[in-house]
Amino acid sequence: MTNGNLPRLSLHVPEPPYRPGAQVDFATLKVPPAGMQPRPDETCSAVDTHPLCLDMVRVLGEDHRAHGPWDPGLDAATLIRMLRLMALTRAFDARMVRAQRQGKTSFYMKSTGEEATAVATAMALAEDDMVFPSYRQQGLFIARGYPLVDMVNQIFSNRADKLKGRQLPIMYSAREQSIFSISGNLATQYPQAVGWAMASAIKGDSRIASAFLGEGSSAEGDFHSALTFAAVYNAPVVFNLVNNQWAISSFSGFAGGERTTFAARAIGYGIAGLRIDGNDPLAVFAAVRWAADRARANAGPTLIEHFTYRAEGHSTSDDPGQYRSAAEGTQWPLGDPIDRLMRHLIAIGAWDAGRQAAMDAEVDAQVRAAVRAAEANGTLGHGLHHPFRTMFEDVFETLPWHLVEQSRQAIHERHVKWPEWSDDADAGEGR
Amino acid sequence: MSDTTPNARRMSMIEAINDALDVMMARDCAVIVMGEDVGYFGGVFRATAGLQKKYGKTRVFDTPISECGIIGVAVGMGAYGLRPVPEIQFADYIYPGLDQLVSEAARLRYRSAGEFTAPMTVRTPFGGGIFGGQTHSQSPEALFTHVAGLKTVVPSTPYDAKGLLIAAIEDNDPVIFFEPKRLYNGPFNGHYDEPAVPWARHPDSLVPAGHYRVPLGQARVVRAGEAVTVLAYGTMVHVAREVAERQGIDAEVIDLRTLVPLDIATIEASVNKTGKCLIVHEATRTGGFGAELSALVQERCFHALEAPIERVTGFDTPYPHSLEWAYFPGPVRIGEAFARLIAA
Repeated sequence: MTNGNLPRLSLHVPEPPYRPGAQVDFATLKVPPAGMQPRPDETCSAVDTHPLCLDMVRVLGEDHRAHGPWDPGLDAATLIRMLRLMALTRAFDARMVRAQRQGKTSFYMKSTGEEATAVATAMALAEDDMVFPSYRQQGLFIARGYPLVDMVNQIFSNRADKLKGRQLPIMYSAREQSIFSISGNLATQYPQAVGWAMASAIKGDSRIASAFLGEGSSAEGDFHSALTFAAVYNAPVVFNLVNNQWAISSFSGFAGGERTTFAARAIGYGIAGLRIDGNDPLAVFAAVRWAADRARANAGPTLIEHFTYRAEGHSTSDDPGQYRSAAEGTQWPLGDPIDRLMRHLIAIGAWDAGRQAAMDAEVDAQVRAAVRAAEANGTLGHGLHHPFRTMFEDVFETLPWHLVEQSRQAIHERHVKWPEWSDDADAGEGR
Repeated sequence: MSDTTPNARRMSMIEAINDALDVMMARDCAVIVMGEDVGYFGGVFRATAGLQKKYGKTRVFDTPISECGIIGVAVGMGAYGLRPVPEIQFADYIYPGLDQLVSEAARLRYRSAGEFTAPMTVRTPFGGGIFGGQTHSQSPEALFTHVAGLKTVVPSTPYDAKGLLIAAIEDNDPVIFFEPKRLYNGPFNGHYDEPAVPWARHPDSLVPAGHYRVPLGQARVVRAGEAVTVLAYGTMVHVAREVAERQGIDAEVIDLRTLVPLDIATIEASVNKTGKCLIVHEATRTGGFGAELSALVQERCFHALEAPIERVTGFDTPYPHSLEWAYFPGPVRIGEAFARLIAA
């Protein structure tokens, strides 16, 4: 239906540039030279950061050397530790995908290509700053020393799983390491991080909060509520927005990425914002440290867009070959974070191929040992899990009558299915 | 209690709620109050009047108009160790915060195996009778009673409002605290065409000073009787009781006070005694909490029942503005249900 001579309206539905089989040309992606971006003081006016929301903070150059004012000046030992944590994360991911294919668990999500966003962030924050991760920040847990075997126990949902087999694999919780319980509902952790940061400020504490989400889930209302609250109360929080270009099969255009950068969201809220090369571990470290120092100085929240690439599928349930060109990953202009840091260490004379090979073997052995130890506690659907009654615990602090009744029913059903099983066993390992 | 009880005074429900917040803020510096217009102004219903002046702006503050944000930050504050008491200005506005309540606050203890908890008491006025139209009159309690991990509380008197609110704030699980806004200033008996009665003349408006708890999960027999059991909460406790007394029915009126956890023992004992059960709520009928109550009574008291269980509820429509009193489950609807039960 048209009205007179008015033009017919048309709907724009975004379309990613490179579907399967397409040739890839990243020439239109603006990648500025490393070291060119100014570094304002941490306590600057938020407005002074806003040009950086449309730029890209980079430290590691094509010559594999660190450049410019954002160079965090880390010593070689710290850089080697960073490299090792990223390599360990990648080795862990590889082994867990294999375990999933072997039927030891139902599900896994790799962070390949995005290791710097989690590992360098963890290293830039204070150890007791509270982090609210999304689901692809296993590097945080690894960098903060959460035991690998506990991660695998959780992934195998076995009797040693600290979360009692309740959560989908990789939805860890690590209070001791100041990492918040991971939710499967996207972006909910953003306002929670703001609330935690507000509480810290209310109590006159010195700890800050930091949250993660992906560019896709920045479309959720929670993201915008969180930024509003953080801006209103000047909350001491560092927002990490990991723009890995893909939300399962939907490219960043479906989150508004065709219009402007994600860091530019900060401009509208009047908070500090930085857009950084997320595959440059030194840029990640420097930006997060800058934002953390800013928050700690009561100068307010910062939104950091980590511009990176999801090099693998969304999860073990996903095949990215169905919807995007494989050439995207191979030709990604920002490279790979582990490779770039390794080349940097070699360039400054602190590393060589032999040490790299030895480290790779060590981290792989470390992961294998953790998997072996976890397997002794059972794998999903094979053997040992938590007792039936634990299903009813922690719904509330104490069991109300209706859960007591339902718990009896569950244990009754177990007797029906396995008459030989004794009541004593339920107090122990269950079946 | 009587007017001569020491350290007790007559209060409206809104004053009793304010007093509970005052008592808890004075006792526990982890208690903070936040919500739309709750700070300097003291809330659109005055529930938080005077609190910001007394406890300061970092413990009592206004928030952006974002229920998702309000509940979301409350989860983070609870995880930090505070005891937030967010106000949602009307229960009708709570839906943008639903994901943070249902998927987050309610599940945090479970999903983290007790590593993190989200103690919070979400206060929110609910129910009709004030010409609020469809967006200021709803009773959405059944949406919350359906969620594992949430407690749902509804006071019906000033005394209970204070004691239940204190118990809710001290509880380590998230609590949705529905305040029947028609009862804020008087014990409404359903006869909207009669002069309003203030709380001052009601025995349960005598509220002790200081700290006391009305435990969650304990119903109250408001009126003992032999002929029929009435299960109600909030405004409908007063309405159902008034109908029974005007019709001369020896009803046992039970104020549930807490829907989850439910005081099933008190319900069973009463229905087993009377053999008849009338369930009354203001919320819409289909899938309402009355359906749960009806199923429980049938399952647990079937052999004592002498008549079909009666449910009196709001209609399955939005709450209309001009036809508010035609919608409201008032004396006619309740009276006829009583009559059917008595005749059975």
